[in-house]
Order: sequence, then C-alpha cells, then structure tokens
Amino acid sequence: MDLFNLAIKSIFVENMVLAFFLGMCSYLAVSKKVETAIGLGLAVTFVQTITVPANWVIYNKFLNPNTNIWATDAAPGPDLTFLTFICFIAVIAAMVQLVEMVIEKVSATLYAALGIFLPLIAVNCAILGGSLFMKDREYTLSESVVFGFSSGIGWLLAIVAIAAIREKIRYSHVPNGLRGLGITFLITGLMAMAFMCFSGIKL
Amino acid sequence: MTAEPKEPLFSKKNMKLMKDPLIDNNPVAVQVLGICSALAVTAQLKPSVIMAVSVTVVIMFSNLIISMLRNFIPNSIRIIVELTIIATLVILVDQILKAYAFEMSKQLSVFVGLIITNCIVMGRAEAFAMGNKPWPSMLDGIGSGFGYGIIIIIVGAIREVTGAGTIWGKEIIPDFLINLGYVNNGLMVLPPGAFVIIGLLVWLQREITKKYEAH
Repeated sequence: MDLFNLAIKSIFVENMVLAFFLGMCSYLAVSKKVETAIGLGLAVTFVQTITVPANWVIYNKFLNPNTNIWATDAAPGPDLTFLTFICFIAVIAAMVQLVEMVIEKVSATLYAALGIFLPLIAVNCAILGGSLFMKDREYTLSESVVFGFSSGIGWLLAIVAIAAIREKIRYSHVPNGLRGLGITFLITGLMAMAFMCFSGIKL
Repeated sequence: MTAEPKEPLFSKKNMKLMKDPLIDNNPVAVQVLGICSALAVTAQLKPSVIMAVSVTVVIMFSNLIISMLRNFIPNSIRIIVELTIIATLVILVDQILKAYAFEMSKQLSVFVGLIITNCIVMGRAEAFAMGNKPWPSMLDGIGSGFGYGIIIIIVGAIREVTGAGTIWGKEIIPDFLINLGYVNNGLMVLPPGAFVIIGLLVWLQREITKKYEAH
C-alpha cells in the first residue's frame, strides 16, 4: 500500500514536469504532435524504470560510506559520495546506449518508434533528477523501482496532455508574441494549477 | 589565450558573442534551453542569483576546456567526453557550495547536480565550443550564462516580491498597505506562478525583438 501511495504521489502530486520543472527542454521541444510525445514519454518511462534502481545499487553499494560493500559493523567504508554526479550520469549514458542496442536487436517496431528519442534522453533532466531524488529521499530498492516507473508515467502524462492541447491551439487566434513558446508556458501554468488539486491525496 | 594576433581581445565580434545572448538570442527565451533547472530555484531571489552564478561559471569553464580539447576529442564519443567534463565542473561547484554556503546548497538540493543536464551547457559545448577557439568560446559561455542568469534573476525577483512580499529576505511591502488589506499572492511561490511569469517574459521579449514564431 505504501508503494501504491508512492506511485500515486509521484504521478500526480509531485509530477516531474509540473511540480519540479524537470525535463522541460524536451517537454517543450517534442510536444508539437501527440504521436511523437507518446513515443518520447514511453522512452523516458522505460529508461527511468531501469536507471533509478541501477543508480540505487551504485549509490548504496559503492558510494555511501555507511552501506557500501567495504563498510563493516565497526567502521564505515570510504566516503565516495562526491562521485555521485559523475557516476549517475555515466550510468545513465551507458544505460541509454545499452537499451538502444537491446531494443534494436529485439524488436524492430519498438526501435522504429523509440529509436530517435533515446539519444535525447541521456541529457533529459528528468532522468538525472529522478536518480538524485532517489538519493536525497533515501528510498529502498523496491521504492526506487516504483518511483522510477511512476515518475516516468507522470512525465508521459504531462507531455501527452500538452501535445494534445498544442495540436488544438493551432486553430486559435493567439497574439503574435505569445505564439509558440509563450502560450505553451501559460498553458503549462494552468495545467500545473490543475494538478495542484491532487496534493494531499492519500489512499 | 589564443586570440588571433590581429584581432584585439575585445573586438566587436567578440563583444557581440557576449551581448547577443542577453536579449536578441536569449538561451532561455529564444533557444528554449535550460529551462529545466531555471524555474525550480526561482521562488526567491537569493537562490536564483547563486544558481545564475554557478551556471555561468560552469558554462564558461566547460566551453573553455572543451574548446581547448576540441581537436583531441573523437567525434563518436564526444557527448560522453563533454558530459564528463561538465560533471567534473559541477562536482567542484557543488563541493564549494557545500563548504562555504551549506544552507544554500541544502535549499538548492538536487538542482545543483542538474546543472549537468542543463541543456544550455551541453548546447553551447556542442554548437560553439567544438568548433571555435578557446577565447571566443569562453566569451560565448559568459554571454550565455548571463542570458540565462538575467531571466532567472528577473523571475526570482518577481516571484519573491509578489509571492512573499520580501526581496533578498527583507520585507518591502509598507505597513499601511498591509493594514489596507494587501495580501501576498501565494500562488506565485508555487510552480504555476513560475510558468506564467516566464510565459509573460517570453511574450515581452518577442515584442521587443519583433521576431514572432509560426504556430
């Protein structure tokens, strides 16, 4: 039940885009069409579900002095936490590469759908942000799996919603200066307000 | 460092590199880069300023280092090399913040780390530093950093004044206004406020430069 709560919280209440502004670059750049938005959203969810637990293992088994494999009951192991950023980003870049190769071998259709988005994801802040939140909030391994998956779903939800709105808004008369980026920000603001209604929900 | 012997260090061309990103080609408003971390820290002015300085430092040195190494970086693995250089610089910034401004580094939490994936840093390294000499690259880095900084400082100032009635932590709303029933707009310190303000800033910037987007 706790895990379910965590999932609901990370999809709706603490949505990556609408509450923490993470992954905004690709959110704004790739949200002109619903289909591509779905593709990118799925790719993010996929990579997020893999990298957050992978980084959990790296962080807790090697970097954190209190829990790493060199720590004994008597004394903590070496403190390698200063390497956190570089390890996380290396894991993410390597994972993205690996996922790309596996998908290419296993399923041609999936590769055709997600292939072009995967390189973009290595520099998507939502992915690194997810891993850093996992570290900061001290999740357990099972929590980090759930958190990775559901925060990816939250991101997918946000980008698909904005893409659908942007497809419709093409037919509206938007003031010249607001066209494109400006109006997208204002709509995102309204969406963020709507999502704030979810805060406090517990099951 | 290796500026062209004929060209003075602050030639017109080099100054343009620094001035352009401020309004005409602002990285946040025009190139849509670096918004990821830009908005989360702007609920108050002080973290915004710290963030602006950190990003400017990182982007300046990453451009400089990448530009110096540009002839040695194999093309196929350049992204990972760039990421490593940027991550190293961000670790330095993070450690310095932890040592000298611990409270602030707690408040910025994960967003210092997220400078690594700030698209401006990556984007300038890819688009400019890989193809230009170190000195212009460094100026370009400073310019882009300022262009980013100016936006987040404006957003931070507006959000702090309207949302909390303070600036740099000091009360600025006069008492008689509060007695008349003035209330801070709490929405401004929440995420939606940031989206709306940056949307309006983009509008203002488009009206100044008169460069409109197609749909």
